Amino acid sequence: MLRILHNTKIDFISRWRTAAILLVVFILPALILLPIRGFHYSIEFTGGTLMQVQFREAPQIADVRSALSNAGLPGVEISTFGSPNELVIRAQEEEHVAQQEGGAETVASRITNVLSERFGEGEFTVLRTEAVGPKVGSELRRQAVVALFIAFGLTLVYLAWRFEWRFGLAAVLATLHDIVATLAFMLYMNIEISLFVVGAILTVVGYSMNDKVVVFDRVRENLRSDHRSSLRDLLNRSVNETLPRTVMTGSTTLASLLALLIFGGAVIRPFAWVLAFGIIIGTFSSIYVASPLLLLIERRWSRKAGEATAKGKPRVPREDPSAARPKEPAGAR
Amino acid sequence: MSIRNRVLIILALIAISVYALFPRDVSVRVRHADGSFRDTTIRRVPLKKGLDLSGGMHLALEIDEAQGTVADREDAIDRALKVVRTRIDEFGVSEPVVQKVGTDRIIVELPGIDDRERAEALVKRSAFLQFQMTDETRALERSLPRLDRVLRDLGEGTRVATASGDTASRLALDQLFTTDSAAPGDTAAADTAETDLVLGADGALSSLIQPTGLPGEYAVPEEQILTVRRYFSLPAVQAALPPGKVVRFGAEGDAATQPGFRTFYVLDARPIITGEYLTDARPITDPIEGNVVSFELNNQGGRRFRAETQRHIGDYMAIVLDDVVQGQPPVIRGAIGTRGQITMSGKPLQAAQDLALVLRAGALPVKLQVVESRTIGPSLGEDAIRQGLSAGLLSIALVVLIMVVYYRFSGFLAVCGLAFYGLATLAILAGFDAVLTLPGLAGFVLSIGMAVDANFLIFERIREELDAGKTVRRAIDGGFDQAWSAIVDTHVTTALTAAILYQFGTGPVRGFAVALLAGLAASLVSAIFVVRTLFLIWLQRSREAQSLSI
Repeated sequence: MLRILHNTKIDFISRWRTAAILLVVFILPALILLPIRGFHYSIEFTGGTLMQVQFREAPQIADVRSALSNAGLPGVEISTFGSPNELVIRAQEEEHVAQQEGGAETVASRITNVLSERFGEGEFTVLRTEAVGPKVGSELRRQAVVALFIAFGLTLVYLAWRFEWRFGLAAVLATLHDIVATLAFMLYMNIEISLFVVGAILTVVGYSMNDKVVVFDRVRENLRSDHRSSLRDLLNRSVNETLPRTVMTGSTTLASLLALLIFGGAVIRPFAWVLAFGIIIGTFSSIYVASPLLLLIERRWSRKAGEATAKGKPRVPREDPSAARPKEPAGAR
Repeated sequence: MSIRNRVLIILALIAISVYALFPRDVSVRVRHADGSFRDTTIRRVPLKKGLDLSGGMHLALEIDEAQGTVADREDAIDRALKVVRTRIDEFGVSEPVVQKVGTDRIIVELPGIDDRERAEALVKRSAFLQFQMTDETRALERSLPRLDRVLRDLGEGTRVATASGDTASRLALDQLFTTDSAAPGDTAAADTAETDLVLGADGALSSLIQPTGLPGEYAVPEEQILTVRRYFSLPAVQAALPPGKVVRFGAEGDAATQPGFRTFYVLDARPIITGEYLTDARPITDPIEGNVVSFELNNQGGRRFRAETQRHIGDYMAIVLDDVVQGQPPVIRGAIGTRGQITMSGKPLQAAQDLALVLRAGALPVKLQVVESRTIGPSLGEDAIRQGLSAGLLSIALVVLIMVVYYRFSGFLAVCGLAFYGLATLAILAGFDAVLTLPGLAGFVLSIGMAVDANFLIFERIREELDAGKTVRRAIDGGFDQAWSAIVDTHVTTALTAAILYQFGTGPVRGFAVALLAGLAASLVSAIFVVRTLFLIWLQRSREAQSLSI
């Protein structure tokens, strides 16, 4: 039997200070960087035009830039994409977006015209065009934020129903921490916030929540069988018991992401980076953050006498929502 | 449940999955080289590829309210949807998507199309066809002083009028059209006398325009066309126009226009007939006119058209499409019945084909505006599929390696469950007619890693049970039972986020959410039913083995 981290008895909770310092060290620079650089939003959110153009011969970027700015499109962002023959042209400044009021496609058409004038008709192929009107952009921005909040809200409600509100709150706070850290990571890596990346963040939310649920599920079970230990020991034991699973799931998921990072191409890669970091930080917070948080919450809002207690006194059979679940999985027999 | 029944259920699930994924005949509309399109049957796996994998175009359209608001927007968008759908169906793309999103947006997806500008024009062109008589009463000349006054009061044109370049071009204009104006006959002489009187003035508008001699037709130097357009679009000028008349500009690059000049027309506001009576329109290459679109009207329209043209013999009739006059208005020589044609003034045959198509499909009830447009070239799609496949294979290899190395025989059983998982996920996607997109592919690859999570939960439990000294059978039962609550909770929390992604995402992100949801369902069945059955079979075969390779 090959086993990692078997029967560990690590006191994770007492290391909360180290964890907290690490986090502050990681997140603080982001807070300083945020007003300086800010996030990079994709054209889906800002509105604007993106064109990926493949040239037969690698053009001078300065050439393309001057041709475009002579044609009334100054300040367009131009970068190579993969090979020097492929350029990505982004027109997402406010002035460019304003030019799209009459129809999202106008700027794209103008860029094509300018390029064919400067480089000749058959010298390039447009591989991809994305043009988003200002209205759609602001709509998406709002939707993304709403989606994130609803995701939190719904999970909190579900966890409160399945466990109880203290667990739910601790899981949501720990996940929130993961999101903040992931955003900081994106700031450092200068990863553009696109719809796809928002999808990655929401997946991190799901995954991280998932991870906390497994640990708390064990806590709940241990609470039921063990009435003597202190909550602190109990939490420590639960984290240790679920540690192999936590680490194994994290590593296999990372292995899948490694495949995406290697083969995913330029479109998938930012998404894979965000997920990879999110899963690492999610695993970290399941171990070091979620349980101390739960302990903190239990101390702050400790249970009243008679109410199900986590402090290990003998209890009256508590109104455990999990009692409602079927003893046997349907169809398991 | 007996092992027999379990195995039967699993076999049935596999059979359904294979059936759902089995290549089948699909009817696809294919456009042939001659421009016609026929339904063709091809055989393929029923998994639809999204635009980012097949290459193609995505458009979002909304009502353009720049020129006045629309009263009943929802009704208007419904009617527009019908027109757009007809046009797209006739365009001959295989498996297009035309649908309403929310209450005020139309989404059009055209797989395999990458001629962006053409497709956009086809979709958003209003295609409102009108036949209007040109003005015979020289109403514009008579109201020019008033228009000039209006413009002067607005402070317009003082600079333009004194520019010397304008006078030069106006002289050229004079020469050009005095020689030309012999054509319409004796009315021209009277025209010139009267117009000289008015146009001699240095008014903002009158200094820029010149009658060509044809009734209702005026020429403007090319470089002044934008100024004149702007003048006519001013509300104050609109109000001062002669009643019952409208100003319409000629099409760009019209062969009828003299080089260096553009034309505009003053027309009777009431059309003698509109495109609603049109039953058919076909592109034709005429030996003299070049490419034309010939059209046919229905009987009712034909009667009306005949009666109207009868009354206007000898007059000029402008063919106005989307408020642009097409070609030079022809003179009506006799009553016209149900047939007519629109000259394309030297434009390519494809333009004639597209015009015929939009005329057949009917006019849009409102003006539409493109609010979002994405085009992905076919080569990018091929790259994406290749990348997705490579990533998927590597991911599977890594996961299989981890499972078998770490859990040995039990890991092997989990890998069998994983195979079921992959098959079932794809089958669910095919069954729900979901579209496989690049993010969907990424979601699928990602979920391969996450799908084994349930197995980890179960196997670690079994190990604990074995550690506690239970027999193999009891340890397996205990492992599955105790992992159950955690498995359900993890699946539900992930499903919640996936559902939200689906609800709020558009296109690509939805593809990701759908793949994730399908994967969750498949992984639940795989982990708690398929893998458990495999364990039960193994227990039976090994006659209650004393040790388990886990």
